[in-house]
Amino acid sequence: MRRFAGSVLLVAGKDLRIEARSRVTTNQVLPFAGMVLLLFAFALDPDRGLLPRVAPGLFWVAVLLAGLLAVSRAFGIEAENGARDSLRLSALDPAAIFLGKAGAVAAQLLVLETVLAVGLFLFYDVEAREVWLLALAAGLATAGISAAGSVYGALAAGLKVRETLLPLLLLPVVAPVMLGATRAWEAALGGTPSDAWPWLQVMGAFAVLYTALGVLAFGPLLEES
Amino acid sequence: MGVLQPPAVRLRAAVTVLGRFPALAGVDLDVEEGEVLLLTGPNGAGKSTLLRLLAGLAPLTGGEGTVLGHDLATDRRALRPRVALLGHETFCYDDLSVVENLGFQARAIGRDASAAAAALERVGLTRQAGVPHRLLSAGQRRRLALGVVIVRHAELLLLDEPHAGLDAQGRTVLEEIIGEASGRGSAVVLASHELERARPLAGREVAMAGGHAAGSAPEASTPSRERALL
Repeated sequence: MRRFAGSVLLVAGKDLRIEARSRVTTNQVLPFAGMVLLLFAFALDPDRGLLPRVAPGLFWVAVLLAGLLAVSRAFGIEAENGARDSLRLSALDPAAIFLGKAGAVAAQLLVLETVLAVGLFLFYDVEAREVWLLALAAGLATAGISAAGSVYGALAAGLKVRETLLPLLLLPVVAPVMLGATRAWEAALGGTPSDAWPWLQVMGAFAVLYTALGVLAFGPLLEES
Repeated sequence: MGVLQPPAVRLRAAVTVLGRFPALAGVDLDVEEGEVLLLTGPNGAGKSTLLRLLAGLAPLTGGEGTVLGHDLATDRRALRPRVALLGHETFCYDDLSVVENLGFQARAIGRDASAAAAALERVGLTRQAGVPHRLLSAGQRRRLALGVVIVRHAELLLLDEPHAGLDAQGRTVLEEIIGEASGRGSAVVLASHELERARPLAGREVAMAGGHAAGSAPEASTPSRERALL
């Protein structure tokens, strides 16, 4: 068990170190997500009062699109210099590789969500309420997006069309997460936290389901990719 | 009375189909522990595919194959940490430094990170330890790939065009590694077009053509080197 945890940390640490060096998340993914939020703000015109009401949905659309980039990048680095073969030649448990990669994507998304949320509260005229519920919903949504993203990222990894195929595979699948996260944030920001519970359960079930699927299926996916 | 050791590699009518193309079309091959075997043949003969099959990376589509006691049809994942493959790629990450790449490789097969430092010194990349992979020259990348082979301390070395891109010092290190591996009982299979460099290292030579191997059993190739073409 200790060796398994060590393998998870080894893979996650490697991916996060690569991101820290390449700064793709900070220099490209984060500005992209910020731009999505900004463009929606222009399109919807804050004066009409619509923006605060649709803010949770716009926030999670921006996170989801940024998540696609993060997942694509996480598996793109394994295509460099035959690195995927080095993972296959390693003694690492495929389940540990999956959890490490999904964990690294989740860590990046949590940082991104934190920065975007600050922007949301500053520029979308939204008051931060029930912060614990916002954080809980964000955590569950992030776990679901990262787990599902890593499953479909591995599935698309060996294909030349992976960058166009990944959104086609992933976006429909994570629709329940986006819906759940949006509803939970609406409940939190609207001061009715009890309305969020069913959606938290949906997101929790989704995260558990895709984590279990990734743990079981990542070995065969790594072989096929 | 001595115990008869099974060969490190034993293939019988091994077939590997990549896509719809039979890259290996029925290879018979035995490689004994401690033996250094040279694969020769033109481009497209199947040398690289054979090395990947022996590493457990390419599938055994037909026939039988056992490497280090692992059945290639059913148990190739357990084989992989016991082999080292020097291929056309370095298996390294562009944004990690030389020492970070070697450290990751060492820990990924359960070895201590100190193995990385030793390999770094051995391949003469100590001064480049902190340089990211993407900034290395082609020759330095090749040395790093050699460092990955050293770090793995494998029981079977699979070397694809190992001399390519190495300078004189790098070639010396390569030859030392092959000698040391053979000395400790590890089998070495190398594929090369640089025959004048590779032949002195090998105890036996197998020619490949069209996905077939000839002269591939040790008893069929005495004295020390024999070439046979299909």
